[in-house]
Amino acid sequence: MAMHKISVTVNGAAREAEVESRLLLVHFIRENLRLTGTHVGCDTSHCGVCTVLLDGQPVKSCTVLAVQADGCSVATVEGLEQAGKLHAVQEAFTEKHALQCGFCTPGMLMTTSALLERNKSPSEREIREAISGNLCRCTGYLNIVKAVQHAAAKLAGGA
Amino acid sequence: MIPAPFDYHRAGTLEEAVGLLARYKDDARLLSGGMSLLPTLKLRLGSFGHLVDISRIAGFEYIREEKDAVRIGAGTRQCTLERSELVKSKYGALADAVPLIADPLVRNRGTIGGNVANGDPANDHPAIMIALGAELVARGPKGERAIPANRFYKELFVTDLMADEILVELRLPVPPPRSGSAYRKLKRKTGDYAVAAIAVQLSLDAKGAVERAGIALTNAAPTPLEALEAQKFATGKVLDEKAIAETARLAAQAGSPSADRRGSVQYKREMARVLAVRALRAALERAGGN
Repeated sequence: MAMHKISVTVNGAAREAEVESRLLLVHFIRENLRLTGTHVGCDTSHCGVCTVLLDGQPVKSCTVLAVQADGCSVATVEGLEQAGKLHAVQEAFTEKHALQCGFCTPGMLMTTSALLERNKSPSEREIREAISGNLCRCTGYLNIVKAVQHAAAKLAGGA
Repeated sequence: MIPAPFDYHRAGTLEEAVGLLARYKDDARLLSGGMSLLPTLKLRLGSFGHLVDISRIAGFEYIREEKDAVRIGAGTRQCTLERSELVKSKYGALADAVPLIADPLVRNRGTIGGNVANGDPANDHPAIMIALGAELVARGPKGERAIPANRFYKELFVTDLMADEILVELRLPVPPPRSGSAYRKLKRKTGDYAVAAIAVQLSLDAKGAVERAGIALTNAAPTPLEALEAQKFATGKVLDEKAIAETARLAAQAGSPSADRRGSVQYKREMARVLAVRALRAALERAGGN
């Protein structure tokens, strides 16, 4: 069995592990690191519930090998909260009722937090485009879009 | 789903990658963005003993304008193409197509080289490369060679690349003045492949007649398909609505799509025709034709 030693910075902390070539990043995160906020949904890179940030960019971790993340930084939903304070997108999702069952939420939060890093005040169209790889079967997306706009305003100091 | 076991090799240079391919031959597969390969391995539609990761090779991602051509490194990610002003200003077809490929998260990983070299007729870049008259540069143990895009695709998932060759660069000729290109695609939803899609590039002469027409179809045959009859018909003509309609009819007729969940043969042909009309009109407008 082909094993590889990898070093990955996960939510700011250096982690080392010996992994099999075929281990998927999402399984590394959930099973090796026990960070179960990142979900597995369709497992075919459609639904986006496994979204994490790889060197700051949202990617579907069911379709990345753990060994491909060697030397990279990975951010998961567990890392959004800082010093006991929720991230603006987390607060906004709560305040605008942007979730029902919550299964897609970790992926939505990662995608939208990355969007707001890149674009401080995205239009509705830009938000919908950004989350087009993250499926939600509950909300109809309306409140998710509102929450992202609300989070943008919060980050700009306006709410 | 978990892939069957394989060994993973991270190539630091192209030479190293070529060496690994030469050693493992058909048991090796290149890993670039992995957006087609990893699902294939996970669904166990294919299995390889060795993956050669070329995504960390330095200088494999670039978009550079030179005198006669824009050179795009095969490792260039879709998200980079999407944000390139050079692409937007010169190749309308590429600018149209990239935002329609998969979804933004997949485009953060997927590369143009992988999309072109995979040999999947459902991928969008191959038809565009054919329509733009691009050259695909392959590197193997004996050096580099350039393959015209319209001679690259042999059969379903079979390309002109040898087992020990790597697609390293895409060379897009700088279109002459009064040129325009467009890509039109119908898909059922984000993340799906095309029901039908078509790439068109038109270059006009001083009188507004077509000097060169590049027309190619996505997902209409076992390989990406150059619409030869349509190209021939359009060349030399000033494209009025009647000529556009006939060019589009010929383009759609070139395809031999198969019926599946995306629709019947008749439906796909008709959609290809409609999209061809739209792509021709858009390319013509961008070329300043009307």
